Amino acid sequence: MMASSYNAKEEDGHIAAASTHGGAPGVVKSKKPDNTAFKQQRLPAWQPILTAGTVLPAFFVIGLIFIPIGIGLFVSSNNIKEFEIDYTGVDINNPCYSCAKNFSWNNTTPCLCSLPFTLEQPFESNVFMYYGLSNFYQNHRRYVKSRDDSQLNGDRSALKSPSKECEPYRTSEGAPIAPCGAIANSLFNDTLELYHIDINGTRNEIPLVKKGIAWWTDKHVKFRNPGGNDNLTVAFQGTSKPVNWRKPVTELDPADPDNNGFINEDFIVWMRTAALPTFRKLYRIIQKKPNTTPTLPSGKYVLEITYNYPVLSFDGRKRMILSTISWMGGKNPFLGIAYITVGSICFFLGVVLLIIHHKYDTRNTSADIPS
Amino acid sequence: MPWRSPLALLREALRGQRAREKDLRNLVSNLPYEGLEKGKQPNRYYSGNAIKTTKYTLLLFIPMNLFEQFHRLANIYFVGLAILNFVPVVNAFQPEVALIPIIVIMSLTALKHAWEDFRRYQSDKKLNHKPCSIYSRREKQFVERRWKDVRVGDFVKVVSNEIVPADLLLLYTSDPNGVCHIETSNLDGETNLKLRKAISGLCVPNPEYEPESFNCTVVCEKPNNNLNNFKCYAEKPDQEKVGAGIESLLLRGCTMRNTNHAVGFVVYAGHETKSMLNNNGPRYKRSKLERKLNTDVIFCVILLFVMCLVGAVGQFLWLKALPAVPPYLVPDSNGHLDSPSLSGFYMFFTMIILLQILIPISLYLSIELVKMGQIFFITNDVDLYDQETDSCVQCKSLNITEDLGQIEYIFSDKTGTLTENKMVFRRCSIMGTEYPHKENAIRLAVLEETETEDDIIFNQRPRPTKTGWSLESEDTQRHHGSSSRHKSKVAGNARSDVAFSSPLETEVIPDRMLLQQISGAERFSSSSSRETDPHLDFFLALAICNTVVVSMATAPRRRVSGVSSSSQTNNPLDTLSNWVKKTGSLRHIFTSWRQDHFNPPLKMEESGEVDGLQTCSLHAPSLCDNRPSATSDDLCFEAESPDEAALVNAAKAYGFTLLARTPNSVTVRLPSGEDLVFQVLDTLTFDSVRKRMSILVRHPITRECLLYTKGADYAIMELLGSPYAEHLTGNEKKTAAATQHHLDCYAKDGLRTLCFTKKVVSAKMYESWSVDRQRALAAIENREQLVMDSAVQLETNLSLLGATGIEDCLQDSVPETIVALREAGIQLWVLTGDKPETAVNIGYACRLLEEEDLVINISCNNKLTCTSILDSTLEEVRRYAADPRNVGTTQDISLVIDGRTLAMLLSSDLQDGFVELARRCRSVLCCRVTPLQKSHVVKVIREKLKVMTLAVGDGANDVNMIQAADIGIGISGQEGMQAVMASDFSMPRFKHLKKLLLVHGHWCYTRLANMIIYFFYKNVAYVNLLFWYQFYCGFSGTAMIDYWLMIFFNLFFTSVPPIMFGIMDKDLSAEMLLGVPELYRSGQGAGVYRFSTFWVSILDAFYQSLVCFFIPYLAYRDSDIDLFTFGTPLNTISLFIILLHLSIEIKSWTLVHWLIMLGSVALFFVVTVAYSGLCVTCNPPSNPYWIIQRQMVDPMFYLICIITTVVALLPRYMFHVLRNSIAPSPLQQARHVDRLDPGTREQLMKEWRNLRGSGPVKRSRLSTPPSPTLDTHADIYPVSPIASDIMGDESTLNVITGNHHHT
Repeated sequence: MMASSYNAKEEDGHIAAASTHGGAPGVVKSKKPDNTAFKQQRLPAWQPILTAGTVLPAFFVIGLIFIPIGIGLFVSSNNIKEFEIDYTGVDINNPCYSCAKNFSWNNTTPCLCSLPFTLEQPFESNVFMYYGLSNFYQNHRRYVKSRDDSQLNGDRSALKSPSKECEPYRTSEGAPIAPCGAIANSLFNDTLELYHIDINGTRNEIPLVKKGIAWWTDKHVKFRNPGGNDNLTVAFQGTSKPVNWRKPVTELDPADPDNNGFINEDFIVWMRTAALPTFRKLYRIIQKKPNTTPTLPSGKYVLEITYNYPVLSFDGRKRMILSTISWMGGKNPFLGIAYITVGSICFFLGVVLLIIHHKYDTRNTSADIPS
Repeated sequence: MPWRSPLALLREALRGQRAREKDLRNLVSNLPYEGLEKGKQPNRYYSGNAIKTTKYTLLLFIPMNLFEQFHRLANIYFVGLAILNFVPVVNAFQPEVALIPIIVIMSLTALKHAWEDFRRYQSDKKLNHKPCSIYSRREKQFVERRWKDVRVGDFVKVVSNEIVPADLLLLYTSDPNGVCHIETSNLDGETNLKLRKAISGLCVPNPEYEPESFNCTVVCEKPNNNLNNFKCYAEKPDQEKVGAGIESLLLRGCTMRNTNHAVGFVVYAGHETKSMLNNNGPRYKRSKLERKLNTDVIFCVILLFVMCLVGAVGQFLWLKALPAVPPYLVPDSNGHLDSPSLSGFYMFFTMIILLQILIPISLYLSIELVKMGQIFFITNDVDLYDQETDSCVQCKSLNITEDLGQIEYIFSDKTGTLTENKMVFRRCSIMGTEYPHKENAIRLAVLEETETEDDIIFNQRPRPTKTGWSLESEDTQRHHGSSSRHKSKVAGNARSDVAFSSPLETEVIPDRMLLQQISGAERFSSSSSRETDPHLDFFLALAICNTVVVSMATAPRRRVSGVSSSSQTNNPLDTLSNWVKKTGSLRHIFTSWRQDHFNPPLKMEESGEVDGLQTCSLHAPSLCDNRPSATSDDLCFEAESPDEAALVNAAKAYGFTLLARTPNSVTVRLPSGEDLVFQVLDTLTFDSVRKRMSILVRHPITRECLLYTKGADYAIMELLGSPYAEHLTGNEKKTAAATQHHLDCYAKDGLRTLCFTKKVVSAKMYESWSVDRQRALAAIENREQLVMDSAVQLETNLSLLGATGIEDCLQDSVPETIVALREAGIQLWVLTGDKPETAVNIGYACRLLEEEDLVINISCNNKLTCTSILDSTLEEVRRYAADPRNVGTTQDISLVIDGRTLAMLLSSDLQDGFVELARRCRSVLCCRVTPLQKSHVVKVIREKLKVMTLAVGDGANDVNMIQAADIGIGISGQEGMQAVMASDFSMPRFKHLKKLLLVHGHWCYTRLANMIIYFFYKNVAYVNLLFWYQFYCGFSGTAMIDYWLMIFFNLFFTSVPPIMFGIMDKDLSAEMLLGVPELYRSGQGAGVYRFSTFWVSILDAFYQSLVCFFIPYLAYRDSDIDLFTFGTPLNTISLFIILLHLSIEIKSWTLVHWLIMLGSVALFFVVTVAYSGLCVTCNPPSNPYWIIQRQMVDPMFYLICIITTVVALLPRYMFHVLRNSIAPSPLQQARHVDRLDPGTREQLMKEWRNLRGSGPVKRSRLSTPPSPTLDTHADIYPVSPIASDIMGDESTLNVITGNHHHT
């Protein structure tokens, strides 16, 4: 019984020994607590003490690691090419001014405007084309909730009777709305087309790829059409389109039958609600050309906009963004600068601590007696 | 069962209620009604013997437990919020999900309650099913039944070593004298046997008792919880009343001893028994920390309110600023949008729901768990275990552990707390002649020395060369001492199951002079007349004037928990041989010594029993032969108070051996070998008003009625009356004066004094008195007063025989403990009922007072002088403190006050001055205080100075004080368990206070304080993330973190580490804390957990949450990040920050720490990954599907996590580093020292103590404190420079014969 209570620490030796002798003859169980390291709170422990001397290396190490990372991040962020153009049409000189002014959701005739711009530098590799919205609170609590994931996942019962969360975009004219809810209802419906104007002044349409703009898991797992992808009209029979939509969900992409219904990628992208009121969403991808010519050579371009989406009612802005992408995503110098700054601060603090260490930290000398 | 109308049932119930509430109960035997239905039973209204201590029943558990839990305000708050979440306009989450945390918390609490209740249920069941024998009329014999079957009015037979099932009125015992012995250790911890008498005159002592012949009505009082009092009488059919008291009551839970069997009549059963009424269960106190915590919770509520207000106003302004209705603003189902102000109003509630965990929901549960863990460690500390009593520290209050680390004032009892309460006979004075017992003093002194020596050997055990053998080479006196010590240790252990059989008091070496005197008187008296010499009378009084019960050591007496023997001896074999040798030499010494001084030389007994030496040596040789030695050797004296045992043993040393005691007789063997059987006419028991006890006996030879009285000197001296037959009045006066002088000297030496008197009562007087006495005893109203009055009547005109001085040894390591506590910044008050001289002396002995101290003595008789003395003393003390010579030193002023003065000082007008004075004194000694004064002092100090107080005591007189203090500690010592039962903690010895406070107190406090601060921080830091987000979502109450993960975050990922931190963190080693008691000061006063600490941590939480939110915000700004993908890194980062923040605070990392910390991180990732991997459409708005997976393959995720964590923790880390480097706190310095190797550490600890320690510590005498026992062998001299010299005429030391003496 005492063997287990043996403790390696030498100061416990006598207690353990005494209890061995004491316990041996007595059959009666003593109330004496077990002399184990755990119960006596003597478990071997690492006791770090934070002083200038001990943490010095850590600061230098952090500094030395952070600064290169920061430089790396900064450089790769700077290598990313990005072009942004606002086409909201607030300004009277903007070609889209009239579209923006005369807009209402019920307009049947699309308003078109074209916006010329110039790229100073050529864009190599794949170019991602985004639309950006500002002051659009896709993260509003009620807005975020206003959807039915079961319906979007192809659940038939949810298709017929959508979740209550979709109110007031749940039914229209007695029929359930598919897809229901405020998010779907406010789907971004501008169409953007990009033309390159070569030296001769001819407009070459730049091919925009709409496949692969949504998450793979969203497209293949989370979003499903009811009853598979064949014959969507049958599947969506008895449902009505969202109030603001011009065409039903089955006709979102006339060009590609596999991009219709709930698995329309533009739709999926929109349904992933943005975290912040100013956001961008991937619109199209401009594939890198197999030859060595840049994807987007420098020069003049024209952006053709089918202006459908109103933003002025909430003081919003619309932008078109062209951006290349690196391992760290889009262009954002912040992280690089942050790393460099923090690294420098740590390095500086390291030096300060070194001084402090020399001035105060006189540990391990005999004059250690606290005074 | 026939049907009965509800009205009849109601009437019956009312009648039962009335019967139970009545002041007197009439009980009759159940036997004539045996077999009848319940409605016909005469005693049906009284509760049965089945007990039920469970709080809940199976069916009602849920409602009752809910009801109980809703007493806690926090629970109502959280349930209210959860319900609020069901209101559609304000809800922040899905309503069902919001219920989860509160349900989890409440069900965990309920589970804990259920488990506790189940344990109670099991123990109840076990008790209820114990077997017992009840008389059955049908079978004409006692039949076996269960405890639960016992009813009031039954006849129960209890056999030896059986436990009494209910409160029984003793009717019959197998003993021809109608007595039986019980052991009440289950009830009050007293291990001595108590005598119980069968109620007299109710039955003839047949060989077998016939319960059917019982035809009386027993009238007894309403059940109460007084264990020492019981009033009842039995009324015979012929109206004759026979009274009975507690001496005829067998209490439930006691064990029958030394008696074959006994039969009793059940008067109280089950919950009405005295033991059950005494069972109050654990106490609930609220600790200081918790009180502070509650104010901080209120601050949190205010903070929450402000944040919600910001949200509401923000929502309002945001809506106002919108030019038109944007598409993202969702109207209600009617297409109607709320006005901005209404939305703002709703938003306030939504924000409350969203930010609810700002009020830490699991904090209270966590604190409870932490305290359970802390108590586990305290009760399992092997250093707080006492081998002798086989007991550990017990925690009765489960929720004030951390108060142990904040104590500023300790109020201690003296007797039994500082001292052993094991009395040693030291000196006596007979007829004005002092017998100093020098040899005995030497023996005791040597004992003390050897004990320390033993300890040294014991501690240095790894070195094999130094063993007990080294003692051999030293002088003979040493031999004598050490060997007797060794012997006594063994002897003591072998018989450790007997009360007060410590070797110290069983051995008294007689004074030579006195021995000669006695043998002279003995020879004289036996040869000539029967006229007794006062010396013989004195010893007779010693031997019989008590309530000591004699039992054989061989008597069958078991103890449930035996003590493992040979506690201290390091190697049994070694010691045994060692011991045998020494015994040999001891006998040699004894023999030679006796032969030198006794004439004729006595034949030595060769039995090898050293115990019998002294006694036998005094017997005539023939006696030693024809009497088996066992009779005197195996006698065990079982006394109710240790003083009595000491006195009986002293008498035995002189040959006056108490052989037997029955209710009606005492048998004493005289030195001549003659056995005298005194008929006991009456015993006037001790009470605290009279302060004395008497025994009235009839001398077997002279047939005289003799009254022997013993008591406190002031209780006796005023009763001295008519002169002793032979002496003149003048002589008598001289004797009294001389005795008084001796008494004073004894008191100065710290001895407890008792006076002995004798009185011859004439037959006529006895006759008349006994009538009064009987009447008093039978009274049921006002009985105590009558009994006492009758005693006072008889105790007059006493003649003084002599006085004794009994020493109460200091407990082990008391001086060290007191010095350590003082260094720890704790002011120590000793409150004792003893005389000032005795108390002052003990004060010096235990280093409560130091010789270089300024000791102020205040004693006055009237309020006027009291006021002036107080004022001048205060002035003096202020001057003293201001004196530049004393600036550097710590305050070393001590105060000695007596009870009467104290009473005046505590009166409301002087109170402030007194408190002011006391505050400036390092230690205060109050003498002759009553229990009520004790608690009054504690209350006054506690309330006036607003300090944490601790009271420690062992006796019933300390109960008030223990309950008045913030923490009450009971010493589970010799005086029973009342103090322990009233206490929050109980411990076996005073010395354990040192580790309990300095180590466990410090640990518990720092652990819990840091844990609570951390808990607040944790919640604020996490919740603020949501708050900052509101600025970017239009104050709409959106949470960017999946709600399930939020719940898990609080319930699982970050809940265990703080609990572990609260239970197991160890900032300093126990050795360090004990070595440098000063470190304890860190917890006193405001301590670690201050107002500022709270706000600093809240500010830190704000900073960290800002960093944790805005770095990811800036990194993800204007990207295509979606709501919950943005929340995932935030959640992860805050987990890292929160855990790493904790690791900065954790002072020592054991394996457990690593496991829990890494386990928490692992759990977070496993749960999050699994949840995001499996949940496709569950938990609708948040769409967790595949989010974390995508993040985890993105390098940005890690980069953001790393930098955010570093930036968030940098200030705190830096702050710690700078503070530790530039201005380290004592605790921090101690941590440095703690890490060094043991040798250097010792060295540094010592230096630290010397450098910092107050004056007294400078003396390097710590290991060997001055022992008062060493210097008392010579003549009596005033020991200490008492402050009267210093204070001059301002104060006087009056010996007041006050009326409170602690015996």
